[in-house]
Amino acid sequence: MITNEELKNLSKLARIDIKDEELLGLSKDINSILDYVGQIQNVSIDKDVKNVNSLKNIMREDKNPHVGGEFSKDLLKEAPDKKDSYVKVKKIL
Amino acid sequence: MKIDIENLDIKSAHKHLIDGDFSSQELTKECLNVIKEKNKEINAYIEVFEKTALEQAKEADRKIKEKNYTELTGIPLAIKDNILIKGQKVSAGSKILENYVATYDSTAIKKLKDAGAIFLGRTNMDEFAMGVSTETSVYGITKNPLDTERVPGGSSGGSASAVAMNSCLGALGSDTGGSIRQPSSFCGTVGLKPTYGSVSRSGLIALGSSLDVIGPIGKSVSDVEIIFNVIKGKDELDSTTTENKEIHPVKSREAGISPKVKLFNRARVIGVPNFVNEIDGLDNFTKNNFNESVKKLEELGYKIKGINLPNIKYAVPAYYIILPAEASANLARFDGVRYGLHKDGENGIDDYFKTRGAGFGREVRRRIILGTYVLSAGYYDAYYNKAQAVREFIKKDFEEAFKEVGAIITPTTTGPAFKIGEKINDPIKMYLEDIFTGPANHTGLPAISIPSNRKSDGSFDGGLPLGLQIIAPQMCEDVLFEISKKFLNETEN
Repeated sequence: MITNEELKNLSKLARIDIKDEELLGLSKDINSILDYVGQIQNVSIDKDVKNVNSLKNIMREDKNPHVGGEFSKDLLKEAPDKKDSYVKVKKIL
Repeated sequence: MKIDIENLDIKSAHKHLIDGDFSSQELTKECLNVIKEKNKEINAYIEVFEKTALEQAKEADRKIKEKNYTELTGIPLAIKDNILIKGQKVSAGSKILENYVATYDSTAIKKLKDAGAIFLGRTNMDEFAMGVSTETSVYGITKNPLDTERVPGGSSGGSASAVAMNSCLGALGSDTGGSIRQPSSFCGTVGLKPTYGSVSRSGLIALGSSLDVIGPIGKSVSDVEIIFNVIKGKDELDSTTTENKEIHPVKSREAGISPKVKLFNRARVIGVPNFVNEIDGLDNFTKNNFNESVKKLEELGYKIKGINLPNIKYAVPAYYIILPAEASANLARFDGVRYGLHKDGENGIDDYFKTRGAGFGREVRRRIILGTYVLSAGYYDAYYNKAQAVREFIKKDFEEAFKEVGAIITPTTTGPAFKIGEKINDPIKMYLEDIFTGPANHTGLPAISIPSNRKSDGSFDGGLPLGLQIIAPQMCEDVLFEISKKFLNETEN
């Protein structure tokens, strides 16, 4: 059972503004979903589940870079705020 | 020659284009006319690319004249709103990307462009592909063209509707838990979820990266096959793509039969999982139709064998742990800094809260929160790791089954298209729509949905369409096409 406090904390971790009046409905939904997906606890696993996923990363060689600035103009066009060739954000420190 | 758009598929349109019976410009105009006439009510398209489509058609006509063409040259297609076309808006049905213009072509689009296909417009979808009804898009709901009181399915509901209302000759969708197959079932179209990694995800707006795949929706099996053969292949921009050298290009395949099909045809055994008949939500109409499909396959000479998939009952719960986990990570990129919506807050971090709070809809926020929870310290082992283990078990179940059978069939859904609004306030009911389709995403297996109650006059027995799902081993799309064509009595010509 997730409490409203936990829910608020999760929304903080996920960087999502959630209004107080929405918490009740959200908590009901999330708890019923967790209740439902929780049935996987019934599956017995007799080996170390941490090593289940055997996928490996595939890396490419770091060579043949594209021409500098080739995509900058198009990409910057999509930025909500910019100055010269920089994306502009609020002061961080 | 007058264009009979309702009875036109890619194969026949291609022939007419080559024979000069009509031009791609005429065909494209005809599609645009249908959109003008029907889209207001159906809302399959969010945006129509009238100008660029006609330009592409003109170019296609030139290529055809020069005899420099492919089977898709001049063929008008509809594209789901989560697949990037450079210079066009693409929003994944979300407010957070409402005015975003794609800065590059997705690999699938690039391949279709090279083949000379025409893009008519972008089709509606559940926000970020999180849904099974196309009711959660910021652009409003899409209606099922066969019964406008009902949903078209989802999340690729716009693409399936666009095909079903005869406004295009084919469409691209994406499938993470059933998003191509379920709307195809609801709209009476053919929809293919290819093998994971057979079609590049580069330029597909990510939902669950270990589950997502782009695939075609069409009127016939051979149309879906034509599009699939163009968009598939290894891509250096997606390291999970694989090359299957055994799949033959269209030309040599037509000359002979693919080795995979030859192998399958030696035994011709199709498996029916026992769990199909144990599902509570399966309505009688669907159950009877499925049993009729089994009988029909037997009449066609296939041997039917009961199989056991012991862990499949955990497929949906495991899916709704893995998917929100991956989605919460994927959607972290929407921060109002580099692209998309921006809402001003009191400071830098507050900008994130305001932007994401205002830009994501209810279901998206729900799944991000859920994903954050199952990945958080203390719950990671109990949920995420356990779900990954279940996923491995399901994979093994299928591996075992495929030692005895060459393909597996189930209904695509538990029933025909449901009414608009019927399930919108019950997430679990919505999630259970994935009960037959989800396992193919867990396992990466290719699966197709074909209409299972279509009569020879094109109408559907009982009124609404139902789908038969066929699942094959990895990279065996050809086997799906073979069985599907036999089932639908599609002749090779």
